[in-house]
Order: sequence, then structure tokens, then C-alpha cells
Amino acid sequence: MGNVIVVTSGKGGVGKTTSTAAIGAALAETGKRVCVVDFDVGLRNLDLVLGAERRVVYDFINVAQGDAKLNQALIRDKRVETLYLLAASQTRDKDALTDEGVERVIGELKASFDWVVCDSPAGIERGALLAMRFADTAVVVCNPEVSSVRDSDRIIGLLDSRTRRAEGGSRIDKHLLLTRFDPNRSARGEMLSVADVLEILSIPLVGIIPESEEILRASNIGAPITMNAGASLAAKAYKEAARRLAGEPVPLAMPSEKKPFFSRLFGRRAA
Amino acid sequence: MNLLKMFQARGSAPVARERLQILLAHERVRLGPEDLLSRLRDDLIATILRHVEIDPAKVMVKMDGDSAVSTLEIDIEIPREKIVGDGKRRPMDDGEALTTAA
Repeated sequence: MGNVIVVTSGKGGVGKTTSTAAIGAALAETGKRVCVVDFDVGLRNLDLVLGAERRVVYDFINVAQGDAKLNQALIRDKRVETLYLLAASQTRDKDALTDEGVERVIGELKASFDWVVCDSPAGIERGALLAMRFADTAVVVCNPEVSSVRDSDRIIGLLDSRTRRAEGGSRIDKHLLLTRFDPNRSARGEMLSVADVLEILSIPLVGIIPESEEILRASNIGAPITMNAGASLAAKAYKEAARRLAGEPVPLAMPSEKKPFFSRLFGRRAA
Repeated sequence: MNLLKMFQARGSAPVARERLQILLAHERVRLGPEDLLSRLRDDLIATILRHVEIDPAKVMVKMDGDSAVSTLEIDIEIPREKIVGDGKRRPMDDGEALTTAA
């Protein structure tokens, strides 16, 4: 039986979809069968980030309502053959997903994949609760920024109370993925440090993704960053995070706080 | 840019951290009291079980209070024989229940 991961955050725009695509691709690149599932009904984007937007015929709701078979709706990645996408519906009402429908589809996915990675919509409404409901593991995506940390805290509370695991008296495995981290700003005291966020949220850290121009470039092209810029720091950080999720003990190094003299002199990016 | 401004712009992260710590301490109690209590209860039971054998069903954790202050009431029943029975541990002076208010 596969393991179900929910990628969640509460706040929008922190990198859930980017992280879902990158972690899903990184897991699939190790040869495991992976399905990434978009739960953002009405605002789907995982298809776009994966470059599969023109290949969506049937979606999650079609399968959940029995209008299509799972195999008809699954879209196989053209680059990594063990990576599949189940797209969200772009047209239907978000109330079209029911607890029972989602449970059945997740159950079918677990039976044929090693990993099912669920991309949660932002917010704490029905869609976000459904995305986390049947998960075994949660990746809480957080930026080192006050509103994101606050919303992450709220989401952690929901993971501990509103998931099937929590209701059954056990705990969901929770991991913090710190994204858009800038070690230089943090070193200057302009940005919360990794230790600050960890102390406040007190869940284990699975990865630190440095702020990177490659992320936008990858989404422009429609490829997960691990495929498009595999050697970049952000891609490496995602690959390592994926290995940690798979249970491999990969040491987590704090991103370097030193910059080459040249880039220190001229700056690296516009904020 | 004036120097003072540059200096003030630095080091806003500690302010962020402090604001978050204060805010979340309140929100965790307000938004998730039941969950907080169940987590506290689990941790208390685990800690006490390391020293004394108790019945987890006889651990009561209650939160009360008004808008200004919250009180946490913890009531744990410890069978007398579990304390007296082990020579290494000192018997408690005041009966069977250990009550703490914080």
C-alpha cells in the first residue's frame, strides 16, 4: 500500500504546488510509482506546473463520481515514466467532492502507487480539509514570514484534529518544508531564522528550499524544478527532502550564509 | 538613505519572532483548546508513568478562566500503594491525589 502525503500550508502562494511537483518528481526519479493529485477544484494549477495542461481529459471529480475510470483520468508524465497526475476539475463546483468519493479514489491510488502526493488548496475550508483527510504524512510548506508561520500553526492544529488518523487516536506524521528561504537576509536579522520557525512550530524539518530564480523558470516551461534545473540549489534541496520523506537519513545542512564577493557586491535579485 | 533608517531596518526578525510567539500562544488556546488539552494530557501521563504507575483514565486536565487569565487544573490520582510500595520513592504526605493549579 502506498503512502499518502498532503502538501499543505493554509496560506496561499507559499509554494504548495511547486513543492508538490518537485517532491513528486524527485520521488518518481528514484523509480517509485508516484501520483500527484490536485485538490484545488476550480483553480487547478498542478497540470500547468507539470506541463500537462493540454492533456487533461478526465479529472478527479469525474473519477470520484464514477463518470470515468481512474486509469482514464491518470496522465503519465512524458519525462519520468513513473510519475502520474490526477488533475482537479476546473469547471465544477468544489462541493462536488465528497468524503466518500475522495476516500475511494485515494484508496484506489494507494493500491497502485508507492506515493500519492496531494496538493492542497489554500485556506482551511472543505477542499483543504479533504486534501489532508486521508493522509499518512503531511508536508507543511512555510515561508519565513509572519503570516505564513501563523497559518502553518493553524494547519498543524487541523492536521492533529481533523484527519482520519487523528480521529482514530493516532497521529499524522508532520514535516516542515521551509521555502523561499534567504540565508543572507536571515543572517542579517531581516528574516526569521530556521531555528525561529522550528521553535515556534515545533515539528521536524524535512527541508529548506532557498529562494531561487530557477523556480519561476521551471514553471514558465512547465517542468518540475528537479527536472528543469536539477543541479540548482533549490532542486537539490527538494531531492534531499524527498529522500528524507522516504525515510532515508540525509543530513540537513543549513544553507550557506556566505555569498561570493561578486554577488555580495552587486546583489542577486529584486525582492 | 539616512544611516539611522538603515540601522532600524535591520534586525526586524526578532520582532517578528516575538510577535508570533505571543500571538500563537493565545491562538492555540483559543482555537484549539481541546487539542491543546489532549496533547498536554498525553505528555503529562507519559511523564508521570516514567516515575509512578497510574491509571491514565484518572488523569483530569481542565482549562478554565475568563478573558483576562486562564487557569489550568490538573488532577491526577495516584494509588497510595504505588508510591509506598517502592522503597526508593518517598510516600506523599497528603493523601492520594496530587492537584496542581497553574
